[in-house]
Amino acid sequence: MNMKKAAVLLILMLTAATFAWAGPPQEKDSQLERGHKVYDKWCFPCHGTGVGKPGTDALKARGQNPAVLEERTDLTAALINTVVRHGVGFMPVFRKTEISDAELDAIDAYLMRNNKK
Amino acid sequence: MRLPPGVSAGDFSAAIKELESAIGKEWVFTSDEDVNLYRDSYSPFWHENQEPIPSAAFAPDSVEQVQAVVRIANRYKIPLWTISTGKNLGYGGSAPLLNGSAVLDLKRMNRVLEVNDKNHYALVEPGVSYFDLYRHIRDRDLPVWIDPPDPGWGSPMGNALERGGGYTPMRDHFDAHCGMEVVLPDGELVRTGMGALPTAKTWQQYRYGFGPYMDGMFSQSNLGVVTKMGFWLQPQPDAYLSGSVTVPKHDDLTPLVEIFANLMNSGVVQATTTVVSPLAYSRDPELVKLRASGSTRDLEDYAGQKGIGYWSVSLPLYGPEKVIAAQWEYAKQKFSAAIPGATFRDGASYKFPLTEEQLTKIVNPVPFGVPSLQTFSIGGPKSQGHMWFSPIIPMTGEAVIEAQSVFDKVAQSLGYVTGTTGFPIWNFFARAFVIIYFFPIEHDIEKNRRSREIFRRLIKTAAEHGWGEYRTHTAFMGDIMDAYSFNNHSLLRFHETVKDALDPNGILSAGKNGIWPKSMRKAGA
Amino acid sequence: MKVPPGLSAKDFSDVVKQWTEIVGKEWIFTSDEDVEMYRDYYSPLWHEDNDPVPSAAVAPDGVEQIQAVLKVANEYKVPLWTISTGKNLGYGGSAPLLSGSAVLDLKRMNRVLEVNDKNHYALVEPGVSYFDLYRYIRQHNLKVWLDPPDPGWGSPVGNSLDRGGGYTPMRDHFDNHCGMEVVLANGEVIRTGMGALPGSKTWQQYKYGFGPYIDGMFSQSNFGVVTKMGFWLLPEPEAYLSGTVTVPKHDDIYKMVEVFAYLVDSSIVQATTLITSPLWYVRNDPELTGIREHGTTQDLDAYAARKGAAYWSVSLPFYGPAKVVAAQWEFAKEKFSAAIPGAKFLDGASYRFPLSDEQVAKMADTVPFGIPSLSIFSMIGKNIGHLGFSPIIPMTGEAVLESQRVFTQVYRDLGSPEGEAASFPVFSFFARAFVNIYLFPIEHDVEKNRKTREIYRRLIKESAARGWGEYRTHTTFMKDIAETYSFNNHSLLRFHEMIKDAVDPNGILSPGKSGIWPKRMRTAKA
Repeated sequence: MNMKKAAVLLILMLTAATFAWAGPPQEKDSQLERGHKVYDKWCFPCHGTGVGKPGTDALKARGQNPAVLEERTDLTAALINTVVRHGVGFMPVFRKTEISDAELDAIDAYLMRNNKK
Repeated sequence: MRLPPGVSAGDFSAAIKELESAIGKEWVFTSDEDVNLYRDSYSPFWHENQEPIPSAAFAPDSVEQVQAVVRIANRYKIPLWTISTGKNLGYGGSAPLLNGSAVLDLKRMNRVLEVNDKNHYALVEPGVSYFDLYRHIRDRDLPVWIDPPDPGWGSPMGNALERGGGYTPMRDHFDAHCGMEVVLPDGELVRTGMGALPTAKTWQQYRYGFGPYMDGMFSQSNLGVVTKMGFWLQPQPDAYLSGSVTVPKHDDLTPLVEIFANLMNSGVVQATTTVVSPLAYSRDPELVKLRASGSTRDLEDYAGQKGIGYWSVSLPLYGPEKVIAAQWEYAKQKFSAAIPGATFRDGASYKFPLTEEQLTKIVNPVPFGVPSLQTFSIGGPKSQGHMWFSPIIPMTGEAVIEAQSVFDKVAQSLGYVTGTTGFPIWNFFARAFVIIYFFPIEHDIEKNRRSREIFRRLIKTAAEHGWGEYRTHTAFMGDIMDAYSFNNHSLLRFHETVKDALDPNGILSAGKNGIWPKSMRKAGA
Repeated sequence: MKVPPGLSAKDFSDVVKQWTEIVGKEWIFTSDEDVEMYRDYYSPLWHEDNDPVPSAAVAPDGVEQIQAVLKVANEYKVPLWTISTGKNLGYGGSAPLLSGSAVLDLKRMNRVLEVNDKNHYALVEPGVSYFDLYRYIRQHNLKVWLDPPDPGWGSPVGNSLDRGGGYTPMRDHFDNHCGMEVVLANGEVIRTGMGALPGSKTWQQYKYGFGPYIDGMFSQSNFGVVTKMGFWLLPEPEAYLSGTVTVPKHDDIYKMVEVFAYLVDSSIVQATTLITSPLWYVRNDPELTGIREHGTTQDLDAYAARKGAAYWSVSLPFYGPAKVVAAQWEFAKEKFSAAIPGAKFLDGASYRFPLSDEQVAKMADTVPFGIPSLSIFSMIGKNIGHLGFSPIIPMTGEAVLESQRVFTQVYRDLGSPEGEAASFPVFSFFARAFVNIYLFPIEHDVEKNRKTREIYRRLIKESAARGWGEYRTHTTFMKDIAETYSFNNHSLLRFHEMIKDAVDPNGILSPGKSGIWPKRMRTAKA
């Protein structure tokens, strides 16, 4: 993980920690909303629910439960970013002209929204 | 920082500066981290030295910016490799063929410029994906269909330029395009067909325009950068019906394909299907033994006992309900009259539009104009990628049987365990079959080396039989172009003449489909 | 003896001598009498000084002879003008665009090389006519149809290279070609598509081959001499059915064309038809003339209603299994009925194939049934010849109305050599656009032809101003039309010129064709 990512992640963590009493809710909501949108566009076709989703099927075959990314509560930004930028199995790499760093941050936020604090 | 071949560090940094001012610093990628994102995720050279790695990537956002990039590349003789969405997986992904080329990434040009639901066409930019176009149409509730190929994240433009295929009656993607805008290697902008007429009203309705019809030369080529392309869409059909035909004996394949070809060539069947042998898949030990050492007669008996048939083809029919019902009836009559023992089964049947609920239940919605990534389950959950060997063979039973036996021998002689028999025969194109053999890509040097060896042997063997491939991974482009050698490679030499005239500095996609610029051409090709 | 531009008489007689050695004395023509036969019989420049006259004609029989002829032409820079059967009447016939060019006449290369009735294709040489190919198929009793254009003496190779159209589902002739053999200007022979693969099994079954698909470059062009070409044929259909749709009101054209486009684009209607207004053919009713000039749309509707005439009509041709074509016609009727109140339907001709000889003998026009004919010439009427003006317009009612209005106005402004302005029938020769085909009469009358050219050029201009371009034209107007395709300072034409210079550096092949001139003859302009 590079410094920039780490910094973004740190900010996100702080935001999450402080949200209960002082965080700017709109900002966080809009980041989640954005993450949801980017997820729908780029991740859902492979990792979504329903039939014909090879990403979900592959994770299921590897014993991952839940296999649908949106349902997980254990994803970290580091893991998500590594997979998106380096690929895994038959999942190819995504370039910055496809998913920008900012969009990737939003995906991270969205997929980590239900993580235990 | 990596350098393109033949470009000095000084020149390259000067070029990068100019590029940054032309398209924005943010969209010029030179760090290893960023450039690595352009490597082929399914490279058959994984972990090997020959894997081509780009030196940089440039991502313009407009035609003017593309022109600027091309002009700068000319000044510094920087080899570019153009990609649209860069998801051409199995054929090279977003990686160049020539190591050190800079990737010209058009993904940011992702505007759907027009969708017309009265004359049924779309005009799009290269970075638009099938998903994007589908979403655009859905959001506006337009009653037109796109024709996606297997994976939906690719570009309609990129796929058509690579001459890919889909499943509906618009399945020949290059054939269904209408009108292009192209930046030539010198930076000049042309529009083809009716687009050459200022204020043209029929750019997406009539293909040819006036004078030479140039569009085809920009497909599978490196003669220009296509920046806009029109596509004919299908009006949403009323209904779909699929029926499958099964015949009992090995030799029934000949009349089966003959009738099939008649139906296709008459326009009675208009969409993509496969001819398969139900005997090819089952893992029943008895059948496995028969496949290995039984006679044709044994296999026929087995098929008879199990009631599965020796060959089968399913016919996808799209159109008004009564028309497709009549088409299916007619097909049944034709097959029955020609082949004793032919049996028929009604398959899926739909009325359109499909409801959301129906859609969620359809494993593969691609034949209904809905893009998907379902195809990536092809290698199983542990797969690390794939590539394809895809020869065009005649639409005859004889050719199917000959091709299967010939390719099987190659695979067996090289100890390829999976074997090739039983891969379905497709009709992605109007009047010929294409066999699509799946090769797994592994992160394993030895296995990939072996795959490449088999692949090359298959190319040679196919060529000896008069069969050529329709498309290939960058790793084999030179090999396949070599096979198209009539009259001492006169077609390739013609391409080279044109290449030299249009792209004297050889900046566009060096090596694509075997076409190299003069400066990089081997003597005595 | 006329001499090609840029050659001395001595050079040209050397050329002729060498060509004679190649093709034999019998197949080189230089006498005025012989060369005269290559002039355009329907020339709009008849009796005028600028009517192009060839210097000679040379008729090689085979690729090797063509190569040898080109070698000499390159050495002396002789401009050649390639023809196949040379019956491209209305578009220049067998005459060159550049006066003094030598005609490269491929009529002797007239072999039908293969017809396959299992995969439904033919491979032919350029001199084969539609009649020849039809005869071959009949003689061998093959169950396939060719798709002839109106006149049957033309060449499938030539017609499709000129991007002509026919009437059956294989109507787009260039689109239905598959595979070419081309002799390049330098004498090199290439085969395109799968033909580049030695021993190829699918040259006529898969179009693209591998790498750039270059066939289109050789259509409407002067980049090579096509010596073989494959065509997809239609398996003989089981049946034919035609039905006519009429609608009562002027404004019904919008919905009518919309439903029509839907049916065509859905492949429910797959063949060529014609949109027309029965009122167009009423010529001598002063009441109608008055309404045309001063009346409103409602007046026209009322006139049509009074006369019991429909305002618009289109007949739909269906080819296929009997039950399928019946279902297609039923579906079409439903669609038109739902969209247009008052739409009426009339069942037309219906056939089962093959037709008996007796049936064929009774047909006025056999072309829509795959049987070449010359009946078109009796339809065109009394004039000596004709000249087609054929803009591509959008497949919309708006465009149909606008083009009628604009073109009629040109006649009002300029007058007409034939009296009242004619209508401009709207054809669907191509998949997704209409083409207006207006036939001008050609006379051996300098004044009338001059007027015709004036009107023709005005039509080109008016079309271009509205974003409509012509799909094909007579040699006389090639330059005018190429100039209208001028996007980005004529960048497409300049691109064609770059290619021309690269593949034909001596500029020997068909100078001026489709507006493309070799470097040495190019005017500084453009």
